[in-house]
Amino acid sequence: MKKAIITVVGKDTVGILAKTCAFLAENGINILDISQTVVQGYFSMMMIVDVEGAVRPFGDVADGLAKIGDDLGLQAKCQKAEIFEKMHRI
Amino acid sequence: MINLSEAIETNKMIQDENLDVRTITMGVSLLDCADSSLETCCANIYAKLLSCAGRLVKTGEAISRDFGIPIVNKRVSITPAAIVGASCCKRPEDYVEIARTLDRAACELGVNFLGGFSAVVAKGMTPADELLIRSIPEAMAATERICSSVNVGSTKTGIDMDAVRLMGEIVKATAERTKDADSLGCAKLVVLCNAPDDNPFMAGAFHGVSEGDAVINVGVSGPGVVKYALEQVRGADFETLCETIKKTAFKITRVGQLVAQEASKRLGVPFGIIDLSLAPTPAVGDSVADILKEIGLAHPGAPGTTAALALLNDQVKKGGVMASSYVGGLSGAFIPVSEDQGMIDAVEAGALTIEKLEAMTCVCSVGLDMIAIPGATSAATIAGIIADEAAIGMVNQKTTAVRIIPVIGKDVGESVEFGGLLGHAPVMPVNSFDCERFVARRGRIPAPIHSFKN
Repeated sequence: MKKAIITVVGKDTVGILAKTCAFLAENGINILDISQTVVQGYFSMMMIVDVEGAVRPFGDVADGLAKIGDDLGLQAKCQKAEIFEKMHRI
Repeated sequence: MINLSEAIETNKMIQDENLDVRTITMGVSLLDCADSSLETCCANIYAKLLSCAGRLVKTGEAISRDFGIPIVNKRVSITPAAIVGASCCKRPEDYVEIARTLDRAACELGVNFLGGFSAVVAKGMTPADELLIRSIPEAMAATERICSSVNVGSTKTGIDMDAVRLMGEIVKATAERTKDADSLGCAKLVVLCNAPDDNPFMAGAFHGVSEGDAVINVGVSGPGVVKYALEQVRGADFETLCETIKKTAFKITRVGQLVAQEASKRLGVPFGIIDLSLAPTPAVGDSVADILKEIGLAHPGAPGTTAALALLNDQVKKGGVMASSYVGGLSGAFIPVSEDQGMIDAVEAGALTIEKLEAMTCVCSVGLDMIAIPGATSAATIAGIIADEAAIGMVNQKTTAVRIIPVIGKDVGESVEFGGLLGHAPVMPVNSFDCERFVARRGRIPAPIHSFKN
């Protein structure tokens, strides 16, 4: 398993999760966990995904996701999980 | 399992608070490139650099993309060039040829700076060391990406005052030789005491002879992150203040450690050290001065500055040491003037003087850094400033450095623009009383008593 973390933040709108999930499915990426909140119209979402079976290189997946974010006026990122694990766990 | 708020916190540090990895610096030994023919030596150097560091920039970019963390600089440091060229360089011009070769290699590798056009002369200069030092003004003018450093003293050896005097002249000559670019050559030249062998930061980076064939050293940064964390505990007691800095430094350094290990693995080069430094840039929100202000000073330079900086420097180390398996380099808060908007503001407001900066260098890394002084300043005065800084380093068993720019044709009240990461600087006044008879003395200052530990 190769874990990555997807974060999407910005103004809430219809279809954020749908579009993100569709993109992940097309690219062979399995979702392990999702958490999200909407506070005062501000959307924050995090997914833990497994990119082991991804059909495209990791950098391309990250770029594709960023583009979906741009189209929706949000910031969408896909980063390898180690950066978060290293920073927040000993 | 990582939770949403932790993921958002990390990305906020990167996006809003300028968290980045400041540099991945590959140290490369050029000891095996030495030859009695200058041409062969240069060919060896070029080939070795390309074979060792050929994938450095691309690998850095790939790591940056995978983890979503900016890696600002990819750089190379080399064995002090004075040693590499010792058997083939008979004139200063020969060393300039080596500098040109290094510049070509740096350009081909795509690194923005290559450090190590250096001489380590803490106790005395060999003829080769002196030739290299005398070649510095021309080498700085003839190259774009080469950084030069000269180590003139150490706690163990004392201070080589002959080298100090010579460096006063060389700094002046470098300023003169690059006067068309506001004496920019001096921004790439630093005079050190107790220079570390594994420093990843320019302009003082070189790959010391105590190092292996190649190594990956990483310099982390993140003054903006510390500043933001301190905003959240405004007015709190010193315990809270220190704990907040420590925890933040820990988080920043863990990212550096991750990047260093990843770079080491992907490049097949051993991991050397993490340099725990708060390195500012001229960008808004990326300032060490702003942290000092957040701690409670109207401007750096106000009474209390040295204490605040000492506290900051110590907490950064305490947090960082826990977060990394190997720590080295300079490791401390940097206080350059031109590279930190808050420092520039403090100078322009009249709060910060060279003398106060000198006091600040007693408690942090590294020294008088990126300070523009009047072009008319004499070589003896510059040597005097270098001697003072070296003495602070020697006695306090720490690295100190001088990177000052006597801007030819400019005086106090004017300012100078270096551009990019080097920033801009107001020309600062220098104490004009004479020290000529002091620096004219020959020989060296003996090592201090507390260096005799055997």
